[in-house]
Amino acid sequence: MPLLEVKDLKTYYTTLRGAVKAVDGSSFNVEKAEAMGLAGESGCGKSTIALSILRILPSGGKIVGGNILYKHKDLVSMDEDEVRQDIRWKEIAIIFQGAMNALNPVIKVSDQIVEAITLHDKEAGTREAKERGAKLFELVGVDPSQLDNYPHEFSGGMRQRAMIAMALACNPSLLIADEPSTALDVIVAAQVLKLMKDLKEKFQLAMILITHDLSIIAETCESISVMYAGHIAEYGTVFDVFKEPLHPYTQGLIGAFPDIKAGRTRMTAIEGSPPDLLQPPSGCRFHPRCPYAMDICRKKKPADFNVGKTHTVACWLAGKE
Amino acid sequence: MKALSETIVKCENLKKWFPVRLGFFQTIISRRQLFLRAVDGISVDVKKGEIYGLAGESGSGKTTIGRLLLRLLTPTDGKIFFKDKDITFLKDKKMRPLRRQMQIIFQDPYESLNPRMLVRSILEEPLLIQGIGGKQTEELVHKAMEDVQLVPPEEFLLRFPHELSGGQRQRVAVARALVLNPEFVVADEPVSMLDVSIRAEVLNLMIDLVEKYNMAFLYITHDLALARHICDRIAVMYLGKVLEQGSSDDVIEGALHPYTQALVAAVPVPDPSSRRIEVRVKGEIPSPVNPPSGCRFHTRCPAYIGDICREKEPPLVDLGNDHLVACHLYSK
Repeated sequence: MPLLEVKDLKTYYTTLRGAVKAVDGSSFNVEKAEAMGLAGESGCGKSTIALSILRILPSGGKIVGGNILYKHKDLVSMDEDEVRQDIRWKEIAIIFQGAMNALNPVIKVSDQIVEAITLHDKEAGTREAKERGAKLFELVGVDPSQLDNYPHEFSGGMRQRAMIAMALACNPSLLIADEPSTALDVIVAAQVLKLMKDLKEKFQLAMILITHDLSIIAETCESISVMYAGHIAEYGTVFDVFKEPLHPYTQGLIGAFPDIKAGRTRMTAIEGSPPDLLQPPSGCRFHPRCPYAMDICRKKKPADFNVGKTHTVACWLAGKE
Repeated sequence: MKALSETIVKCENLKKWFPVRLGFFQTIISRRQLFLRAVDGISVDVKKGEIYGLAGESGSGKTTIGRLLLRLLTPTDGKIFFKDKDITFLKDKKMRPLRRQMQIIFQDPYESLNPRMLVRSILEEPLLIQGIGGKQTEELVHKAMEDVQLVPPEEFLLRFPHELSGGQRQRVAVARALVLNPEFVVADEPVSMLDVSIRAEVLNLMIDLVEKYNMAFLYITHDLALARHICDRIAVMYLGKVLEQGSSDDVIEGALHPYTQALVAAVPVPDPSSRRIEVRVKGEIPSPVNPPSGCRFHTRCPAYIGDICREKEPPLVDLGNDHLVACHLYSK
């Protein structure tokens, strides 16, 4: 039984111009202590999946279908109080994109960590929470004496570390990291990724790593889901997917990525640009940009075809009706 | 590597120090003016027909160099030559005719295009400012648009930037730089705001343009993997200094400076069977207001060899094949 099972999740945003189908029937599993990479371009719905799992969608966003089973419990039908009491932060924590903006600039970092702990762990007093904060800081490699600083006194890398410390404050089993290293410099990004990898091993954390950078997933995750326009195009272990990408979109993404080990080669672009999710294309959403598009692609949405034990592809090239 | 011809832009020992503005009381108390040394003694030369990459972390001064070479900023010290003409302190009025030959592409096509201007006006404006075109205007605009593959031009001319996708916008920005047929273009992180699947189209476009018109590009980036793919030569910057320079293969494959080695080791690769990401360097880039003495990298260097690193600044020496390194490990 996987730790997290997302089944046919549909999350729409209501706007003046109609419903934006940000996530439209996505399914995937995350096993205990496994890191899954969620890859895709901006606007493909990857952050919306994260927000749906934590039930913190902004106003206008709503889960309209599907289930999110976490340890056998369905988070979609759970009431808000229960999610807040038992799930959020205690079981599932998130590191937001851009640590620069995720911390409150006018509150000391220590107070922000204490708040996170005392809110979710009713037994912990302020003093105990602060001690735990200091231990967490040590864990993520920031000098605990800096706990009482304000966020602006931290460098970018330290802020990201503080965010990670905060996410770990209540010993979650699942950590969602939304573009954790995007705003950081190369070396600092590597430091943060290494830290996350170490912590994952140490605490047997399950992780969902959301990023547009495929190489980060190849470096840190066991499995990968490639998303396109609200659908999961391909899912599998990183070895399966990188060695033998079967969805034309995955192939395109990998081809569009520079590899520092390869010499000067021409990168291949994917023609066109991602679709407008107010009026997504019919059938397979990738068909307008797909070099292999067939008749059926325009008419019918492909199912997730199994092409290996743990490798599924939503493409008509991989399976027939 | 291509056979390179003449140098088009060159700078010697270029410096740009920005005065640090202090609060009112601090100005009274503090006796000396502090400076942020964005660029601190750099010599580079960009040749015709090449893409020259400037790589470095944020705060290393790479953007400042791009702007100095175009004289969008006035240097504090040093010399800039454009086609052997000294333009270091040239007046704006005299710079203007030269600007026809030097252009810039900015990072964010969502901010660098005026949202209230039609694509046509955006592309015509450089011609108006330079007082060229007249009857030719339409022809020149069409040609630039064909060069960036915004075809057919008629379909895009009467659109506003918000009606275009990110990749198309950046191609408009490239077309705007090309419409004057420049010889030197600074591209400041031109694809970092674009989605992965459309980056390649803008990059391939740049490569084609360099080949077609024998232009010179200064490509500013923090992404070493990208730099390796499109640049002929790369200079690695750190805190306002160039630490290593050479052909992109030499700099990436045969990195000599400990900083370059650390940078290369920190870049993840899209191959799960070779998990290679390595963290060789601790901490983050120090403040350029108060840079470390001696070799600026000594505070974080994994190959620190002793007092000499702290006391003496290593010169940039040529180790053959135009591969330059500024490190005491190699300059004994």
